[in-house]
Amino acid sequence: MKPLKIVAVSAGLSQPSSTRLLADRLAEATRRRLAEEREVEVRVVELRDVATDVAKNMVTGFPGPVLREVIEAVTEADGLIAVTPIFTASYSGLFKSFFDVIDSDALAGKPVLIAATGGTARHSLALEHALRPMFVYLRALVLPTAVYAASEDWGGGGDAHTDGLAVRIDRAAGELADLLLRRPPATRPVETVVPFAEQLAALRP
Amino acid sequence: MSTMQFGIFSVGDVTTDPTTGRTPSEHERIKAMVAIALKAEEVGLDVFATGEHHNPPFVPSSPTTLLGYVAARTERLILSTATTLITTSDPVKIAEDFAMLQHLADGRVDLMMGRGNTGPVYPWFGQDIRQGIPLAIENYALLHQLWREDVVDWEGRFRTPLQGFTSTPRPLDGVPPFVWHGSIRSPEIAEQAAYYGDGFFHNNIFWPMEHTRQMIRLYRERYAHYGHGTPEQAIVGLGGQVFMRKNSQDAVREFRPYFDNAPVYGHGPSLEDFTRETPLTVGSPQEVIDRTLTFRESFGDYQRQLFLMDHAGLPLKTVLEQLDILGEEVVPVLRKEFAVGRPSEVPDSPTHRSLIARRDAEQAEPAASGS
Repeated sequence: MKPLKIVAVSAGLSQPSSTRLLADRLAEATRRRLAEEREVEVRVVELRDVATDVAKNMVTGFPGPVLREVIEAVTEADGLIAVTPIFTASYSGLFKSFFDVIDSDALAGKPVLIAATGGTARHSLALEHALRPMFVYLRALVLPTAVYAASEDWGGGGDAHTDGLAVRIDRAAGELADLLLRRPPATRPVETVVPFAEQLAALRP
Repeated sequence: MSTMQFGIFSVGDVTTDPTTGRTPSEHERIKAMVAIALKAEEVGLDVFATGEHHNPPFVPSSPTTLLGYVAARTERLILSTATTLITTSDPVKIAEDFAMLQHLADGRVDLMMGRGNTGPVYPWFGQDIRQGIPLAIENYALLHQLWREDVVDWEGRFRTPLQGFTSTPRPLDGVPPFVWHGSIRSPEIAEQAAYYGDGFFHNNIFWPMEHTRQMIRLYRERYAHYGHGTPEQAIVGLGGQVFMRKNSQDAVREFRPYFDNAPVYGHGPSLEDFTRETPLTVGSPQEVIDRTLTFRESFGDYQRQLFLMDHAGLPLKTVLEQLDILGEEVVPVLRKEFAVGRPSEVPDSPTHRSLIARRDAEQAEPAASGS
């Protein structure tokens, strides 16, 4: 059986980046969950590396060769992990721009685990108010658990109301793994032509 | 007429020259379009095509007025469009306007259907952009019928019905103008062109080659599917965009500020990136020749090559110089080279005369089509 392809997209900008770290942890947890049943290929995409290509795509309407390859990897993945820093109370502009230049049909039906990082836990609902609706618009299958890592999460455990970061990562990875095992492998979309007679017939008054 | 047609197409934009800050008036731009069309004939090009737009900064809202004026002042030039808005214009008026032009120009007319890309134009003309493809399909079906049947009874979704309507004047010699369908990314339009056996023009100038290749392959396959001939016999047109000087470096140096500030792609990718990814060629006439000849390898032998020459705020004087180079140094070589190894079964570019000949041949052999 072919390995499952998981692509983790990180919109982190700093080096090292906690957004990248969270993407790595989520990808690794998913691989671990699937290890007994399936081989997994993980690829992490740093949007910083294609930031100018994304801007050029906005201007010209088509992706250059480097971005084109990244978009293909994302749209052909079996599962997607999408992680952004929270900037100004929402996803970063680069994160949004990347998904803006992908065809709006290209992620339909794709399992997506959403996650974000931020300086304060007070912005965690940006995942529910910004990322989740965006992927719902794209008709992706967004997993119930979204993972938010505030600065303090990297040094603490859970509390009376919330599990710690490690537990939340594991729960989200488990949801992604379960979904991936129950789905047929992702296929490249086939362009179909509607025969002209059908196009004409659809217009008959 | 040679096997392939070469010409130019103009968007008709009023754009500030970024090197001088000067913006031509609408009047100057309209007169410049005429000068450019006349120059096209003077330097031996075959086709001049005008865009159609209904919003600033574009001037050509009335293509047949412009083309009729050019027709009166030229002898050989084929007058065409790039594109005629089949979505927001009434197909009855298109049928009438272009049949009239066809008579005045003694058959030197064809046209290219397009949907347009400016959202508000649809509501301004009482239409809905989300119906773009259905409008293109229904309106063209009516136009096709109006040019082929003297009396038309018709009912559709987007236009008031017609009972006993005759579009006048009837097409010259009973042969409608040849129609191209232009589309960049809609397979439905390639399918439409194939269904009717019409031409398919891919305005590839802003697009990567691979994308263009897929669209043209689809059109060729479907053209054969509908029984108009082999895939190689489908009628293909392509865009091109060039800027030339004797020395390559001079061309790059002169064109770069226009590229960097161009309305469509300016302030985006570098000239070098864009040249690599799209058909834009900035360099010597020989570089333009070499690049254009590669189109045949990518897309098969084709019928029409149109270049965009007057854009990005280039002054008229420069555009006319470019046309001199194109007509004198580039196109004669392209004609010769494209003819080499061109299979005899690949059709020539359609002209009014060739369409009459085809019609007469079909009428002379009714058994062939009936069997």
